Amino acid sequence: MLVTSVLLLTGAFFRLQILHSSSYELRSEKNRLRAISVPAPRGTMYGRNGRLVAENLPGYSVSLLPGREDTVRATLSRLAPILGLSDEEQGALMQKYRALPQRPLLVSDDATFQEVSSIEERRPEFRRAVVDMRPRRRYPDGRVVAHVVGYVGEISEAELHNPDFAGYDAGRIVGKAGLEREYEDTLGGEPGVRYVEVNALGSIVREMGPGPAVAPVPGKDLSLGLDMDLQDYADSIFPAGHRGGSVALDPHTGEVLLFYSAPTYDPNDFVGGVDLETWNGLRTDSAKPLLNRVTGATYPPGSTWKPAVAAMAMRRGVVSIDEHMDIPCRGALRYGIRVWRCWKPDGHGSLSLAGAIQQSCDVYFYQLGMKLGLDPMMAGAARMHFGQPTGIDLPHEVSGYFPASRAWYDKRYGPRGWTESVILNLAIGQGENQESLLQNAVFYEAVATGGPPIVPHLVRSRALASRRVDWSLDLPERERKQLVDALVAVVNAEHGTAYPWRLRRWTVAGKTGTAQNPHGEPHSWFVGFAPAQDPEIVVASLVENGHPDNTTSLAVPFTMSVIRRYLEELYPVPADTTPGVGESRPGRAPRTGRR
Amino acid sequence: MALLLSFLGLAMIFSAGQVDVPSVATGIWRHQLLWLAVALTAFVVVSRVPLRWLEWAAPGAYAAALGLLVLVLLVGTGPGGTRSWLDLGPARLQPAEFAKLATILLLARILSGEQRAAEGLAALWKPVLVVLVPLALVLVQPDLGSALIFGVILIASLYWAGVPLATLFLLVSPGISLILGFSAVVWGIWIVVLAAFLYVHRPYLGESLGMLALNIATGALTLPLWSRLEPYQQDRLLVFLNPDADPRGSGWHLVQSKVAIGSGGLLGQGYLHGPQKRLAFLPEQHTDFIFSVVGEELGFVGVLVFLALLTWFLARTLRTARSTPEPFGGIVAFSLFGVWFAHVLINIGMTVGLMPITGLPLPFLSYGGSFLVSVWVGLAIVERVSAEA
Repeated sequence: MLVTSVLLLTGAFFRLQILHSSSYELRSEKNRLRAISVPAPRGTMYGRNGRLVAENLPGYSVSLLPGREDTVRATLSRLAPILGLSDEEQGALMQKYRALPQRPLLVSDDATFQEVSSIEERRPEFRRAVVDMRPRRRYPDGRVVAHVVGYVGEISEAELHNPDFAGYDAGRIVGKAGLEREYEDTLGGEPGVRYVEVNALGSIVREMGPGPAVAPVPGKDLSLGLDMDLQDYADSIFPAGHRGGSVALDPHTGEVLLFYSAPTYDPNDFVGGVDLETWNGLRTDSAKPLLNRVTGATYPPGSTWKPAVAAMAMRRGVVSIDEHMDIPCRGALRYGIRVWRCWKPDGHGSLSLAGAIQQSCDVYFYQLGMKLGLDPMMAGAARMHFGQPTGIDLPHEVSGYFPASRAWYDKRYGPRGWTESVILNLAIGQGENQESLLQNAVFYEAVATGGPPIVPHLVRSRALASRRVDWSLDLPERERKQLVDALVAVVNAEHGTAYPWRLRRWTVAGKTGTAQNPHGEPHSWFVGFAPAQDPEIVVASLVENGHPDNTTSLAVPFTMSVIRRYLEELYPVPADTTPGVGESRPGRAPRTGRR
Repeated sequence: MALLLSFLGLAMIFSAGQVDVPSVATGIWRHQLLWLAVALTAFVVVSRVPLRWLEWAAPGAYAAALGLLVLVLLVGTGPGGTRSWLDLGPARLQPAEFAKLATILLLARILSGEQRAAEGLAALWKPVLVVLVPLALVLVQPDLGSALIFGVILIASLYWAGVPLATLFLLVSPGISLILGFSAVVWGIWIVVLAAFLYVHRPYLGESLGMLALNIATGALTLPLWSRLEPYQQDRLLVFLNPDADPRGSGWHLVQSKVAIGSGGLLGQGYLHGPQKRLAFLPEQHTDFIFSVVGEELGFVGVLVFLALLTWFLARTLRTARSTPEPFGGIVAFSLFGVWFAHVLINIGMTVGLMPITGLPLPFLSYGGSFLVSVWVGLAIVERVSAEA
């Protein structure tokens, strides 16, 4: 019996120690070494003139190794004056400790260099304190660029299951919105790994080696086309108390020069976790500060759409630039059982196409729309990608919409629920037509350059600058120039709807717009480019409810100022030049000025 | 040789204390050294005492041991709310260890005094009573491991005294019923087997019916008794019966022990250098799981050396029991062999998962003063038996 038992035991040890030794050795290693992720610093973002858009501040976290309650309490009270912990905060931390007494206690994830160095100086007193590097994201002018850069935060449960974040571990800081999200792969880098030896309780016994076993790979920097000075300027002059946005493109490169949405918020509040109060405040604010009004919202384009109708009609040979319509404008047009009004009750009289664009005559465009026809208009809009996203390098771009076919109307209103008269509304940019600011800007870039527009993009790169859309105005150069001249007249000729706000030094071409909407006063649009013959900048701006009466068109003076500011940066003003008309009084215009 | 084992054991306890986590085990090798001195003194003294004197002193020692066992229930301390230690200031005593020795001596005295081995169960009332009293007392502590050892003492001494195996089988049958009572089917089969055994074997009719009745009674009592236990007591029993089902981490103990032993390989991680041990993954590494430290640090070779030494020690005790013509000494030596064998088999067996996890220490290696002294005193008695043969 004795012999049998001893043989049995020997056999068991032989099996474990000789036959299966290697698998247990592995488990022994796994048992004691814990991999701790070392966060990689995210790439920095620079603006066009080298100004910082997003950077990393050196940040530190301080945690305490698990231990007996009185030891932890004593260490905490010694740490309190250094980290500035109040009695309540210490109490809360002790409560956290008691909930999980065997885990390291995170005391601060936002300690400064000074705080950390005073802990290091008095190391013998703080044997249980562990200091970790934790780079902290900062947006120096966060409020001004919030909707472009987005923000970062700890990866969520849902994102962990998202294939975009394959291979990401819990606890990692990732881009949540805007450029941070779009360029997560570039900016994020690769976290490193350091190994610590832990005991059975999970407390860290020692570091393995002097540095991380795998060094983190820092994220790559991003160079943006965004002009931070222009961004600041736009923020400073955007009509106070109004919502809206503005986007500017460089027609040579397709780079986004300005991307501003109001009201805005401070993305720095989101770094390291947004507190509930701030979050709820932002969410419930009726002004929707989190809404990106440049690529995340759509509006009826109003009269800014008229040049698109003109271009389609000219391309089909339906109209020429100096052609008049059958019925002159008497302030309204009778069609079917309804009277369709022009914005100017007195009427414009008989106008050519150029004049109708310049004065934004609705009666002319009602007739032009009917002459063009519904099907050609829908085909033309589809050809120029209205109702489709532009493809900008930002997440969650909206597509807007434009009816693609009669079936669209049948589906929406029923086969007998609509009539051909929808063409009248469509012809003046109302009705079933919703565009984002960026979509509108891209169309005007097509008008300004004559070629296919470059897909707008925020990051400066040769590859992105060569990506063009697969459509253009497709007009003979002579006819395109005529269209541009009409847009120049809008701003620079008497009776032009933007004439009161013209710039003296620069020839701006553009179109005003008034978007009727059910939520109060009409929105004010202005989309244009300058200099008209050799464009350097294309801008689309919208001020919500910015057109309360016929003399106020808030988007126009704002856009004019943006254009002037940018062009003066490019071509500094000679010292003897006096300010032009309108430049000294943004906001209100003394003379007529609707559309 | 026993001295060699003791010092090797001390070295392992020292190693078990060398951990990276502050632990009670760090300084205990010094305590164990003191205890070893005490144990060696006791050995020298006891090995000079004639067996007759021990036989004469047995009832007194037994009475004293029972007194201590009662006392420990009243004022005892111990881990997890148990009452198994007598705190004497500088040292702590485990009265159960001395009760085992005293019980062995008294049993041997009673059994060697009989003219011929009892065959019927009724004739065994005296030795059974002698064992059941301390067994019940340690069960209350509760110390299931020691209770089990008292059972081993009873069976070993009766066996050596010449009681037939069939009778011994009947003797343990109520205990088996108590365990099998959890499952009506298994227990039913057991009762049928028992009845068949009684029919074939034909002891006295009264005894047969009595044992059958007792089996039915204990089997039926199992569930009511179980439900009266506190949950922590139930856990304790479950751990004892089935470590894999332990809800509080016995499974973890076994896994960590196997990882430590397995990672030792042929030659081990080196003395003092076992990472599992250093980082306190091994539970109770200075007492119950000391052999896992041996496995991790000294490897299969070290395990073989320790197994050989322990086997030699057990074999020598068995040989002494066989070689003595004198019944008292023989019964004592064989009982001691039975006890130590159970300790070695169960302790080492549990580190590799062959045995359920119980708190039985490993002779010479595990930390624990009372047990070390009791082993050395037992050794002294065995030496005396061998000398007087």
